[in-house]
Amino acid sequence: MSDERIYLSTDSPPQEPAALVDDFTPSLITQANHHLCPGCGEPIAIRAAMEAIEELELAHSTITVFGIGCYTAFAHNLDVEVVQALHGRAPSVATGIKRMLPDGFVMTVQGDGDMVNEGLQEVLHAAARGENITCLLLNNGVFGETGGQMTTTTTLGQRTKTSIEGRDPHQHGHPILLSDLAATMDGAAYVARCAVNNAGNVARTKRYITRAYESQMAGAGFSLVEILTMCPTGWFVDTLEGPEYLQDTLAPVHNIGELKAP
Amino acid sequence: MVIDVEACKGCDLCIDACPPRVLEMTVHEVNTRGYRYPRLLAGCTGCQACAQICPDFVFQVYKYDTPLELPLEDQGQQ
Ligand SMILES: Cc1ncc(C[n+]2csc(CCOP(=O)(O)OP(=O)(O)O)c2C)c(N)n1
Ligand code: SF4
Ligand code: SF4
Ligand code: SF4
Ligand SMILES: [Mg+2]
Repeated sequence: MSDERIYLSTDSPPQEPAALVDDFTPSLITQANHHLCPGCGEPIAIRAAMEAIEELELAHSTITVFGIGCYTAFAHNLDVEVVQALHGRAPSVATGIKRMLPDGFVMTVQGDGDMVNEGLQEVLHAAARGENITCLLLNNGVFGETGGQMTTTTTLGQRTKTSIEGRDPHQHGHPILLSDLAATMDGAAYVARCAVNNAGNVARTKRYITRAYESQMAGAGFSLVEILTMCPTGWFVDTLEGPEYLQDTLAPVHNIGELKAP
Repeated sequence: MVIDVEACKGCDLCIDACPPRVLEMTVHEVNTRGYRYPRLLAGCTGCQACAQICPDFVFQVYKYDTPLELPLEDQGQQ
């Protein structure tokens, strides 16, 4: 092979008449440009969530309740109703909305710091009550927004700003595996865990989210999809290493798969 | 396939996601925000893996009204 490389002209739309087939931005994401870090997994997960809403034609009845974390900034880019909850309280706010508007489609978007640290009881009680809502957990194992501190989902040995030598069970305790816990609740109808560290897993994420939505639409009860997301900034790794770091650090503990399905 | 280079944040995720590895990061060229960005080599299969992984919605696909010879731009050696 010669060293000469041929590049397609890729930085401007076609000069000849051509139709845009797909810009790969769901129509429910009105503003693709955002302020999340390079290589962040959260926009990838939220895109899957928005695509699934679009495909199930739920846009007009959707009310999302956002927790507090980096993903909160992305809420402004979405063309669905957004209610901002206090840290960790999104499942309770969603409970109130769903009970008042039972025909609405109600979901939360939360991080591990938000859902598992700040608001563990909110989500578990909602699951136990069998509230007919869907919760999405964007789990990156750190408080991303505040600079990469340890959360309850941080895995043993994982280095964070507040566990510099790696998470030590004697000092920091053991990680909480939220989805495993939620799946033990009788009120939970659908619980699954996935990741966005490669294209195959992104497709799986969308599949699981779709099943969770369908479960709510069928009135089956509480549904939860935990999505492992890259946080290269909070992990202090190169963006390129993010997917592998997720695979080696979070995925062996927070196992990917459906934990509870009809 | 069009790469909206101004939207790119240079995270490299698409490079590893591309099965035939026809995306290549620029070395010296950067967009107006100072990020390196991917360029497309010949051989794209349209599998959309890059678009699925990109956190910044950089990839777009166009279909020409009349099929035409792809506008190849020979940039020579880097
Ligand atoms: C009651 C309260 N405590 C603390 C904070 C500070 N705070 C803002 S974001 C955040 C961490 C969020 O972590 P996570 O939900 O994992 O989201 P990520 O940034 O990792 O996506 C914290 C602790 C707050 N806003 N409110
Ligand atoms: S700190 Fe982490 S979670 Fe927050 S935007 Fe940056 S990469 Fe994403
Ligand atoms: S569509 Fe597939 S083959 Fe083409 S550049 Fe993207 S990942 Fe590579
Ligand atoms: S994944 Fe997107 S933002 Fe990252 S380098 Fe590729 S095109 Fe740029
Ligand atoms: Mg987090």
